[in-house]
Amino acid sequence: MKYVDEYRDGARAAEIAEAIAREVRPDRSYAFMEFCGGHTHAISRYGIEDLLPANVRMIHGPGCPVCVLPVGRIDDAIRLARRPEVTLVTYGDLMRVPSSKGGSLLKAKAAGADIRMVYSSLDAVKIAEKEPDREVVFFAIGFETTTPPTAVALKIAMEKGLENFSIFCNHVLTPVAMRTILDTPAAPGEPPIAIEGFVGPAHVSTIIGMEPYREFAEQYRKPVVIAGFEPLDVMQAILMLIRQVNEQRAEVENQYIRAVTRAGNVTAQTLCEDVFELRDEFEWRGLGVVPKSALKLRDAFAFYDAEKRFAVETVAAADNPACECGPILRGQKKPADCRLFGTACTPETPMGACMVSSEGACAAHWTYGRFREHQKGAEKAPLRRAS
Amino acid sequence: MCLAIPALVTAVLPDAQAKISLDGVVKTISVALVADVVPGDYVIVHVGHALSKIDPEEAERTLALIAEIGTGHSNAEVAA
Ligand code: SF4
Ligand code: SF4
Repeated sequence: MKYVDEYRDGARAAEIAEAIAREVRPDRSYAFMEFCGGHTHAISRYGIEDLLPANVRMIHGPGCPVCVLPVGRIDDAIRLARRPEVTLVTYGDLMRVPSSKGGSLLKAKAAGADIRMVYSSLDAVKIAEKEPDREVVFFAIGFETTTPPTAVALKIAMEKGLENFSIFCNHVLTPVAMRTILDTPAAPGEPPIAIEGFVGPAHVSTIIGMEPYREFAEQYRKPVVIAGFEPLDVMQAILMLIRQVNEQRAEVENQYIRAVTRAGNVTAQTLCEDVFELRDEFEWRGLGVVPKSALKLRDAFAFYDAEKRFAVETVAAADNPACECGPILRGQKKPADCRLFGTACTPETPMGACMVSSEGACAAHWTYGRFREHQKGAEKAPLRRAS
Repeated sequence: MCLAIPALVTAVLPDAQAKISLDGVVKTISVALVADVVPGDYVIVHVGHALSKIDPEEAERTLALIAEIGTGHSNAEVAA
């Protein structure tokens, strides 16, 4: 596949691995967080950790919207879906996220709630158009990547004059989450958060561009390298981070120049600015309540705001106390450190969100990483031989 | 939930829509967020919307830089 296969070349990956091995300083260690679930997935699937020297460690960050959505909002969605007049429309990834009472959207659907999965935000609008007697609520989640598509759907629903369409908005902001991770002091008994740089999000950055990461380079002195999702992209970004650390530079660099520009997607930015405004605060799974970290519809669009239309009142609900999603999302623990991992908690029976989305740190470790200690390299998608 | 991959635009449709081919699978997506899409372009598609176009020259440049890393001769910096 064009623009995919050529970035999966095994021989090239081995060459970058050699360059990394040449350039790392043996007398120090390197810890980088890949913010995006897409990177976590690539690192696990292609066994990139096995190609890195022992003193280069990758920390899996909170970059999957399914992983960071708090339980209370899943409860809200289930309550909405149970209303007889409501059709709840959502992305498939959300269906199995556990609610506070051991339920999920999938279970609510099995019990009779009208919940439908869609691939695109525009499919939600189509359902509203076709079924004017239903109150169609689009359960919108995601980072800056998924936010503009929600705004497009809203605008189209307005143009069509649909009165039975509304949005349950759960969009969250990447740079604020990165800042929160750096600002969170370790809780007593927890290991400290030691991050020396970030592999910056791929598709989030197609929208927001490079500028929003500048504070991490300038104020926090943490290098950021925006990277694509293919294995060679990730390897190259890690090498670029190592070089920055070695040269004591902290800059925002862009490895993903084929899709990300400095300014980002200005059309999308303008549209989102028109439709959304900051919430005072929002709860994140693993990060707690974070001020100004999420979006809601502006008052001008209150008519389309499901929270107002159905008087949604989120009740904060605690995660399963044994689940270590929190420290895992903050980069303090690894999936294998959770005592539920692989026993009570598997992709078939997820206890926490990190196990639900295939990009979650626990699910990625379950699928590709479990046997690493025993059978190095087995179970993984092979990188292609030289092309 | 955002493992979007590059898809080939095969036709531009009215109402800011386009037909894409993803390894032979044909889909209709929205191109409301990306200006001037023409057949033959590759776009990053996420939840049914094109988010950005792939720049073929920059794609080549990345591959050239990766090849250079392998030779060990260059410390060339990618992108400013
Ligand atoms: S293994 Fe399951 S319970 Fe443990 S941290 Fe991961 S998702 Fe949570
Ligand atoms: S781009 Fe966004 S949604 Fe996709 S994996 Fe990264 S953080 Fe998650």
